[in-house]
Amino acid sequence: MKRQDDPIDPGRRKALQSGGLAIAFLWLGGAGTAAAMINARRQPSDAAVALADGNPPFAPNAFIRIDTSGAVRLVMPSVEMGQGIYTGCSMLLAEELGVGLDQITVEHSPPSDELYGIPALGGQITGGSTSTRSTWQVLREAGAVARTMLVTVASAEWHVDPSTCTVDRGVVHHASSGRSLGFGALAAAAGKLPMPDKVQLTDPKNFKLIGKPMRRVDSPDKIKGAAQFGIDVRVPGMKIATVAACPTMGGKLVDVDDKAARAIPGVVQVLRLDNAVAVVGEHFWAARQGLQALNITWDRGANAALTTQQLRDALADSARNGSSIVATDVGSRPTQGTTVESEYQSPMLAHATMEPMNATVFVTSDKCEIWTGTQVPMRAVEEAAKITGLSNDKVIVHNQYLGGGFGRRLETDWVEQAVALAKQVSYPLKVIWTREEDIRHDRVRPMYHDRISAVLDADGKPAWYGYRTSGSSVLARFAPMAMGKNGLDSDAVECVDEVPYDIPAKKVEWIRHDMPEGLVTGWWRGVGPTHNLFVVESFMDELAHHVGKGPLEYRRALLQKNPRTLAVLNLAAEKIGWSGQPLPARVGRGIALGEPFGSRVCAIVEAEVTPQGEVRLRRVVVALDCGIAVNTSSIEAQVQGGLLFGLSAAMFSGITIRDGAIEQSNFNDYRNLRINEAPMVEVHRVVNVEPPGGLGEVGTAIAAPALANAIFAATGVRLYTLPVDRDLLVKNSDALKSVVSTAAVHEGRNLT
Amino acid sequence: MIRFLIVVALLLLLGVGAYFYLNRTDVSDGTAPQVVGAPPSADVLARGEYLAKAADCTACHTLPGSAKAFAGGVPFKLPFGTIYSSNITADEATGIGSWSDDDFVRAVREGVRKDGKHLYPAFPYTSYTQLSRSDVLAIKAYLFSLPKAPQANKANDLSFPYNQRWAMGFWNAAFFKSQRFTPDPSQSPQWNSGKYLTIALGHCAECHTPRNLGFGLEHGNELAGEELQGWRAYNITSDPTHGIGAWSDSDIASYLTTGHADGRGSASGPMAEAVENSLRFLNSADAAALVTYLRTVPAHEGKDPITIDTEAAPVMASNQAAQGGDSANADNVGLHLFEGACASCHQWNGKGQQTPYASLLGTRGVNDVRGTNVTQILLHGSSLHAEGPNIFMPGFGDAYSNTEIAALTNYVIGHFGNKQGAVTPDDVAQRRKQL
Amino acid sequence: MLSLSVNGQSYPVDVPDDMPLLWVLRDVIGLTGTKFGCGIAQCGACTVHVDGQAVRSCVLPVGSLGNKAITTIEAVGNTPSGQKIQQAWLDVDVVQCGYCQSGQIMSAAALLQRTPNPNDADIDAAMSGNICRCGTYVRIRAAIKQAATGRPELLQTIVSAPEGASS
Ligand code: FES
Ligand code: FES
Repeated sequence: MKRQDDPIDPGRRKALQSGGLAIAFLWLGGAGTAAAMINARRQPSDAAVALADGNPPFAPNAFIRIDTSGAVRLVMPSVEMGQGIYTGCSMLLAEELGVGLDQITVEHSPPSDELYGIPALGGQITGGSTSTRSTWQVLREAGAVARTMLVTVASAEWHVDPSTCTVDRGVVHHASSGRSLGFGALAAAAGKLPMPDKVQLTDPKNFKLIGKPMRRVDSPDKIKGAAQFGIDVRVPGMKIATVAACPTMGGKLVDVDDKAARAIPGVVQVLRLDNAVAVVGEHFWAARQGLQALNITWDRGANAALTTQQLRDALADSARNGSSIVATDVGSRPTQGTTVESEYQSPMLAHATMEPMNATVFVTSDKCEIWTGTQVPMRAVEEAAKITGLSNDKVIVHNQYLGGGFGRRLETDWVEQAVALAKQVSYPLKVIWTREEDIRHDRVRPMYHDRISAVLDADGKPAWYGYRTSGSSVLARFAPMAMGKNGLDSDAVECVDEVPYDIPAKKVEWIRHDMPEGLVTGWWRGVGPTHNLFVVESFMDELAHHVGKGPLEYRRALLQKNPRTLAVLNLAAEKIGWSGQPLPARVGRGIALGEPFGSRVCAIVEAEVTPQGEVRLRRVVVALDCGIAVNTSSIEAQVQGGLLFGLSAAMFSGITIRDGAIEQSNFNDYRNLRINEAPMVEVHRVVNVEPPGGLGEVGTAIAAPALANAIFAATGVRLYTLPVDRDLLVKNSDALKSVVSTAAVHEGRNLT
Repeated sequence: MIRFLIVVALLLLLGVGAYFYLNRTDVSDGTAPQVVGAPPSADVLARGEYLAKAADCTACHTLPGSAKAFAGGVPFKLPFGTIYSSNITADEATGIGSWSDDDFVRAVREGVRKDGKHLYPAFPYTSYTQLSRSDVLAIKAYLFSLPKAPQANKANDLSFPYNQRWAMGFWNAAFFKSQRFTPDPSQSPQWNSGKYLTIALGHCAECHTPRNLGFGLEHGNELAGEELQGWRAYNITSDPTHGIGAWSDSDIASYLTTGHADGRGSASGPMAEAVENSLRFLNSADAAALVTYLRTVPAHEGKDPITIDTEAAPVMASNQAAQGGDSANADNVGLHLFEGACASCHQWNGKGQQTPYASLLGTRGVNDVRGTNVTQILLHGSSLHAEGPNIFMPGFGDAYSNTEIAALTNYVIGHFGNKQGAVTPDDVAQRRKQL
Repeated sequence: MLSLSVNGQSYPVDVPDDMPLLWVLRDVIGLTGTKFGCGIAQCGACTVHVDGQAVRSCVLPVGSLGNKAITTIEAVGNTPSGQKIQQAWLDVDVVQCGYCQSGQIMSAAALLQRTPNPNDADIDAAMSGNICRCGTYVRIRAAIKQAATGRPELLQTIVSAPEGASS
């Protein structure tokens, strides 16, 4: 679950209210072990950490290091997986410290709950849109503490009142006397000062960085190939392994004939686990060649005959007949009026982070060092401690840049596997999953079966809606204590227990339908909202169609009491030119509207469907109200990226199971949107100072319903399942009998 | 296949006498011409191994990826059902461990197994009948020297009347002639050896010779090309336009033993298997003998002849990184797919990037307007483990629609073959079902 | 023993001929800027230049390279087109997780090298082999055009680079 460096607000109301993951972390917070959490001022353990970090003369707290040359290093409490948190945190620190983002370098933090633990999460964890919210105050204060100390040194030297000094781009100025001193010259003396009790924070209206479109601080390294991801780690003496786990979920290793593998030059040894085999090589290539030469016998286990269809049927049955937990029950279902009812299905989804799962581990008798990119270093530490029998403090996690998270790296399964393998050898071991392994052993976004119904009043407006959603619970496994009192998984009903529309009565139920043991479901880029919005917003279009209204006017009529959300609807409609020229045949626009993750968003997709059922994405317009912003450039990027992620899934993706194993394996069969299939995505923001909402998953959650509605507008075909079933969109069967376009005409060839 | 039934019915009328006359067996041992790579008969195991490879027993009797060599169980989807190959290891209970020499020879050369029941001609006894008894027994000796693999045979899944093995007697009467290879004294020893490799061991005709309505080989049209299990086995007669008459000796030899000849194409599908399991093990003298014989196969145009454009204009106008000409066809679905998933290996100039095996210019696949093999490769991928790096292409059938595969095939035919492709989404749907 | 010419330097490497260049770069030479994403030439993360052409190194056997000049992300900034592309990448703020971006930049630099002013179709042709899971395609397109023309490309919220922005 990846979220934008949320725009921030000290008095945020919706703070951790939404999102199963956020709640999971709240629970973790309750059970957190760390006595202290991040603090703007120096802590007892600071000295050792700063010493290890080059012993800078000025290290007023865990986040700021300034040496005598004036170089400023900022230590990041959270991890960077593309969401821009390093830039967001740097902006907070730099704003108050008085430096430009071009003057700093960023560092990953070492593991320390005491110094970098996020209070709401009970430790050093990145997720649930908590980072910025939890650090907003303390990081600005940390910057102000440092600035105050630097100014104190300068003003003492000049014998002037500190309040007459200003700071700009790493230099303290005294305007009236024209004197100035750089941070470097002040660092040593500042390092000897006591901590100030009180510091003055900058008035938001004087912000130089916050609220502006700032370039990312991690870009310069990333464009040069210099940023180190987990997979790039190189430790002296290291060897490289790749793994095959039993393809069947829950299966076990019986036997492996490794004679041929061991004969391959560069293969070092073959390691076994309960359910997997790994080949260690001098390099990945040898390891992979070795893996392919193994002859493995698996016990395929209890799921050996499992298929997607069985799962789907069981899920449908539970949505229809299973006993439910009621999330919301407001008013009563009218006895009069027209009832409309539909059922929708959403598939399992893989993450396919661009960087496949990997971890480098060195286990010795008294220490376990781990280099990996994880959103949950604390969990990694605990799991590694269990496997190695070492205590937590003997496990050291060196976090790295994450080549995509999307919730996949909230798990620790691959770290656990790597530790179990590294425990068997005497050298540091880097375990890299092939892409095939990465997809076949993903912890997939659950599949869902949702039944939605509404009773329409005489005006065609819904007087009541009912919703029964059935699926497995990620939360129940990930953080069982975070489940609601009545056993409710709040994530399962997010965006459907509350809808933006004025509908007086509703009943929302969840049916917990666990998957067979071994089929582990996990977080994704949005979980609950990504399917609930698909259902609710498709259904809104169905209702509009049912009563002969346009999708825009039907929604508008239901938003009269919700001006903020109405505003994004109107903005998106205006920007795409909704009421302009009529569209060509088989081109349609689809609206989807929602309030996921505390933001308000409207996406309008314009799509064309060919007579043979192929969908071409022509254009997308998004209007967004996410309250106040830290980095407006990041906001746009996150919405664009999230939307394309969601469209990619809706167009192409679904994990299917045959004989108990995931059938997809790589980008040839787990297809991903490419640049020539990606539409232009325009993002328009409603600018206000309302409390902020999340961003990273907003675009993802709103994509599928906008696409489905566009396809309906283009073809009259309603899609009740994802991904898009192109067979349903074929105009007529003759369209499949004719030759599909060739390039002949345009290439100017002489046809023979 | 209704017509096949009619044939069967007609044959019934021809009577028992004719039946027995036509089913008569050539009992001679036969003598094989020299096969250079096979060590002399004294080293019977080594000879048997070489011959077993030349006869490609593995392709049908070892499940790909299985450690149990020759344990059978490989499925063959035919129009009338699925046949599974049998266990030919020396395991007594499930294999052929209890078979005598005569039993084995009869099975290989007459298509009659130990219990007297007929084998289906999916097993190429129709070709192997040409083998000498000593060569057959060398193969048996080799098979019996390998580990026994207990694995019960899978029952075939054939519909009536094809599940009636006895009916094969009629088929044999019509289409099968038991006879040994007879060297042609007017030809060189090399030619004779090549012919033996081609028609007896290599059983090339089984795929490459057109079949008649009764599924028998069309004599007089040898090696002129046929479509089988959804793949097109190309015309390999000496026809210079439609066959391989224009190929150089080294082109042919290279194709056979490495699965690739520059500017001619790369083996995929069943041919890739033949190269991988069999042809690449031929030594150079035997490969040369094969070439010598193939050169003399009478030219035939065959069905749906393919004319190759070796200098397809769109390719000539392209460089390795971009297609030539204007970009007005940027909306073409096939082009879009090609630039996303294909171009980084195949390149617009048809040369192939990382490996020459990925070159497309001048190949028959892209010049076949029906796009048969291109479609199959796109749907199912291709792999070839010969000498050097493993050659593979992933399959795209699971994530790409019939329309997309058709559009891509037509684009490839248009760009690399300079022809109007004729593939429809429905064709692709058909071909999906074939494998 | 093979000898590879990478970024103007020659590296003797003792590896099998059929080993893909990607792993020689990453695991033997130690240049880890070139990434592994799929291993089957479908994602473009491993793109390098061989004699100036963008090539997928994950399926490129080193034995076939001879002394051809290999350029990786670490040194593409020394070429004029690479330099322009990297600058535009910063200016447009393309990067998200960044894992695909080495490959994107290598593909884009090769494009700009041969087509100084690419249109949308040229960009599609050159860039469609590079997958980005973070979905940075809109900005990739904008950055390539900006690198070509020097004119800022349309983006909605980046109105200007304020003072203090890194460049
Ligand atoms: S890793 Fe080479 S293209 Fe994906
Ligand atoms: S930036 Fe993350 S995959 Fe492209």
